[in-house]
Amino acid sequence: MKIMHCPLNGPRNISEFVYGGDVRQMPQPDECTDKAWAEYVFYADNRAGVVTEWWLHTPSGYWFIAERHTVTDDIVRTYDASDMFQQRIDFMVAGSDKEEQ
Amino acid sequence: MPFSLLKFGLKSDYPFENDPDLPPPSELKRHYDVVIIGGGGHGVATAYYLAKYHGITNVAVLEKGYLGGGNTARNTAVIRSNYMTPQGVKFYAASVKLFQNLSHEFDFNIMYSERGQLTLAHTDATVRAFRQRAEVNKHFGGRTELIGPQEIRELVPTLNMNPAHLPVLAGLWHKDGATARHDAVAWGYAKGATQRGVELHQLTEVTDVDIQNGRVTGVHTNRGNISCGCVVQAVAGNSSLMAAKAGFRMPITTYPLQAMVTQPVKPFLDPLVSSSALHCYVQQTSRGEMVFGGGSDPYPLYNTRSTLELKESLLAHAIEMFPFMANLRLLRQWAGITDMTSDYSPIMGLSPVENYYLDAGWGTWGFKATPICGKTMAELVASGGVVPELIAPFAMSRFDTFKQVNEMGATAASH
Repeated sequence: MKIMHCPLNGPRNISEFVYGGDVRQMPQPDECTDKAWAEYVFYADNRAGVVTEWWLHTPSGYWFIAERHTVTDDIVRTYDASDMFQQRIDFMVAGSDKEEQ
Repeated sequence: MPFSLLKFGLKSDYPFENDPDLPPPSELKRHYDVVIIGGGGHGVATAYYLAKYHGITNVAVLEKGYLGGGNTARNTAVIRSNYMTPQGVKFYAASVKLFQNLSHEFDFNIMYSERGQLTLAHTDATVRAFRQRAEVNKHFGGRTELIGPQEIRELVPTLNMNPAHLPVLAGLWHKDGATARHDAVAWGYAKGATQRGVELHQLTEVTDVDIQNGRVTGVHTNRGNISCGCVVQAVAGNSSLMAAKAGFRMPITTYPLQAMVTQPVKPFLDPLVSSSALHCYVQQTSRGEMVFGGGSDPYPLYNTRSTLELKESLLAHAIEMFPFMANLRLLRQWAGITDMTSDYSPIMGLSPVENYYLDAGWGTWGFKATPICGKTMAELVASGGVVPELIAPFAMSRFDTFKQVNEMGATAASH
């Protein structure tokens, strides 16, 4: 059984967790080109080495960040998302900012 | 017979020394017209068709391990064309056609065995999807039909018709479904290609790719540098890593796929059986072993380790389908690393580098496409980059224009 350390719930079986994809910057959907959006949605570094990813602890519905080695299958570090994101991120709703202005 | 054996026994040299399947290793030349990275089924098939149909023989196939030692050796050897989209069905049907004649063409037995493939539906929604697949298949010349529980019982009397409280409602019966020896396919192509002058270099790893003005000019290997006219990349699970050396990203994520095989038992299962809801496919090999496969691992990894969790769930599902198999013992288990695309279709054709061609994104469905991949990639290379119609829908640029070819329902864990 492989154990992952959940920053909220402590060590748990890996089957309780769901992989949520790389931590990456989302381009503004209204302003970016189709190519930039495709790059964000489909293309991936798919690195062989340490990657930084979103993971979900399903029973508690808690999203956090894990650093993991994709060759050795070692989990290097897990931490709360607030360690990386110091302030709130506002995702622009399509068209809304123009109306406000 | 005993006397002729004795004669060979007394000889100091090996009797078939003068008739080897593959030529002995040779030095790398300074230049090749075509360099194929990856000596798996797809790579050697491309080399074979380049030599056979296009007269291009100054070709090097560079393989970091040994011939057909990657996913060619790790797949569960399912051949079928019962996909969902017209683009997919046309492409895979052409592959099945080539497979049917391959032993004859090679004069080398690939043990092609047309058993038929049965996919089980456990929900009304799946029955509807199967009906559509059957019609698309028939339209493009495949032999596929929707059959009911009675016919399923007759085809596979040992099947549990009520597995895991998911009663079998119908089945997609694909008569063209088949299996073959995967190693023999790679060896047949390699033998045919090298006999025509292609060089196969095993234990030769490409460490870097030279790009000048948007064109590839050569590759670096652990055995020295070579210049080349063009490159074909056919490296399966390592596609993103090789593409990074050529300077671009791909819409691919690499996941392990695990499979296993039991001890041999007497023949009882003729068709290849898979279940859409149980994410499990089962077949009996010609040696009597039961081969199981399922879905990919739940998170990306470049590692062929196995996990108890996945093995347990896969076996639980297989035993639901065939309860008596609970008494069988496992003989081997293994994993391969698969280059998954988000629409479950391959990436074939041009890349951002002008003369660098891609054969990638083969995820968990690559073996069945080996012949047609080789044939179409050879056409692409020989024409200097004119994309054959059959593979045009699988261009990597489809992701930039949001024109994916969705084969998820027909691919995911239903090999």
